[in-house]
Amino acid sequence: MWADRYTLAFRAYPYARASDQDRNDPARHPVVIVGGGPVGMATALDLGLKGVPTLVLDDHEGIGMGSRAICIAKRTLEIADRMGCGEALVDKGVVWNLGKVFHQDRKVFEFNLLAEQGHKFPAFINLQQPYFEKFLVDRIRAAQAQGAPIEIRGRNRVAGLDVRDDGATVQVETPEGPYSIESDWVVACDGANSPVRTAMGLDFEGRVFEDSFLIADVRMKAGFPTERWFWFDPPFKSGASALLHKQPDDVWRIDFQIGWNVDRKEELRAEKVRARVSEMLGPDVEYELVWSSIYTFQCRRMRAFRHGRVLFAGDSAHQVSPFGARGANSGIQDVDNLAWKLDLVLRGLAPDSLLDSYSSERVQGADENVLNSTRSTDFITPKSEISQIFRDAVLNLSEHHAFARPLVNSGRLSVPCIYDGSPLNGPDALPGGPARSRVGSPCPDAPFGDGFLLGALGDGFTLLTIDADAPDELTIDGITVSRLSLPADGPIAERYLADAPTAVYLIRPDQHVAARWAEFDAGAVEAALRRAIGKA
Amino acid sequence: MTELILTPNIAGPDDFYAELLAAHEGLSKDESDALNARLILVLANQIGDRETLSRAIATAREAVPKR
Repeated sequence: MWADRYTLAFRAYPYARASDQDRNDPARHPVVIVGGGPVGMATALDLGLKGVPTLVLDDHEGIGMGSRAICIAKRTLEIADRMGCGEALVDKGVVWNLGKVFHQDRKVFEFNLLAEQGHKFPAFINLQQPYFEKFLVDRIRAAQAQGAPIEIRGRNRVAGLDVRDDGATVQVETPEGPYSIESDWVVACDGANSPVRTAMGLDFEGRVFEDSFLIADVRMKAGFPTERWFWFDPPFKSGASALLHKQPDDVWRIDFQIGWNVDRKEELRAEKVRARVSEMLGPDVEYELVWSSIYTFQCRRMRAFRHGRVLFAGDSAHQVSPFGARGANSGIQDVDNLAWKLDLVLRGLAPDSLLDSYSSERVQGADENVLNSTRSTDFITPKSEISQIFRDAVLNLSEHHAFARPLVNSGRLSVPCIYDGSPLNGPDALPGGPARSRVGSPCPDAPFGDGFLLGALGDGFTLLTIDADAPDELTIDGITVSRLSLPADGPIAERYLADAPTAVYLIRPDQHVAARWAEFDAGAVEAALRRAIGKA
Repeated sequence: MTELILTPNIAGPDDFYAELLAAHEGLSKDESDALNARLILVLANQIGDRETLSRAIATAREAVPKR
């Protein structure tokens, strides 16, 4: 009997018998991805588009229900756009910029995310997680039709694995019985309770937060504006804090903080959920309860995200509190960091040790996310008398005094990690250059030609030049670097030149800056590229 | 960076002290705790400099009796 752990929103990859199941000796695959959530599917898509044969094993036949990770950050949209599905996400999603923070019945302040102009994507969109996953799978289907070597196997549950120095044997259970496959590399995208991590007996340490949050997705025609509303000690007594967000399809997401020792079954009864929602919305608002769930969370990470031939990405490697939308968004940054490195290693163009930098760079990202989300959680759910006193003092002052508002922490929203100090970083030798595009940073977007700069960067290494001569193409150790010459004016000048008269940037395939100089020097670029692929 | 001042720096120390206590007059323990917290935040913002604030926090913390 095959029992699903959750109900499907989309039955996107029904079980089908694979020829691997009829072999006497196990088939060998270059990359097996365990888990078909957003991180697993994005990894498959990114690798598949680069021509790497990739097999996804998922224990369900499709995408689970529930809004879950609803806030998609700009960097995630940019990464999705590199893989060809960023626009689909924005078209379906709800763009929001304004956030309002309330303490009891008073608005204490509001913030506007409307960042600077000249970026293809907004700071944030809200989109139910099943749609995000669906657009990734749709994009995989389109890529497969064009020959991308990606395979998804539904109801293929990984039951165990034997990891060796040169790969792993993966034991798979299916409704028609077990089989085994060999894999050169395994990417574990199997979530917070990662069975792969457990099977390998690896650590996952951090802080448990003793609080629970009830999510209610409700469908209604409401006049609330498209804004993020957060209440500390809301006047409606449905929770110690509450968050309201608009999603597509007239669905609103409400999160209530309901305390630690709750009876989950009781709290999830529809009447009980409706009681909380009605108290918040008022007695006259009609709505339909679409989905509800209770979550608790921890802030923790694995000590290393690479263990030989097994790489961990997303929640299997790190978990954060939901405040700040740093869960799924950081998982997609993991994918962005990992795929190009694994591709180069598989093609024999980079040493195996390049993948150690996946761990060190993404551990740095995870630490930032754990730090920020832990601080938000400590503010939202004070765990001592004195932290409650200071929290309330900040909220009281912030209503009338601007100075206190930066201390209000209802979530510090996800921004991409700048890999300062990474072993892959080359020289930051652009005197007067802007700090925001320093070595290690993700490239800031800017209008370029008829579109945007990030869209023009493509998938490989790029040499950006501004008022500097350089060859149109370089080949270093079998890796092609394409030049992109940029105009020295407007937002590009502001974001890449600042006070420097000319610039040359070496950009990695994940659009992070590998090195920068004022002038082109073949030897310097060669050395920086070799460093960026782990050869130095 | 400003040095943390640990020598007398308030003109009319008795007046200041009396004013501080007067601000708490008639308040419950909870209200006093809240006032102190607000006062700390207002003063911290006035100082602003992060290193000075760190030294002030460390100085106050040093006075905690050893357990």
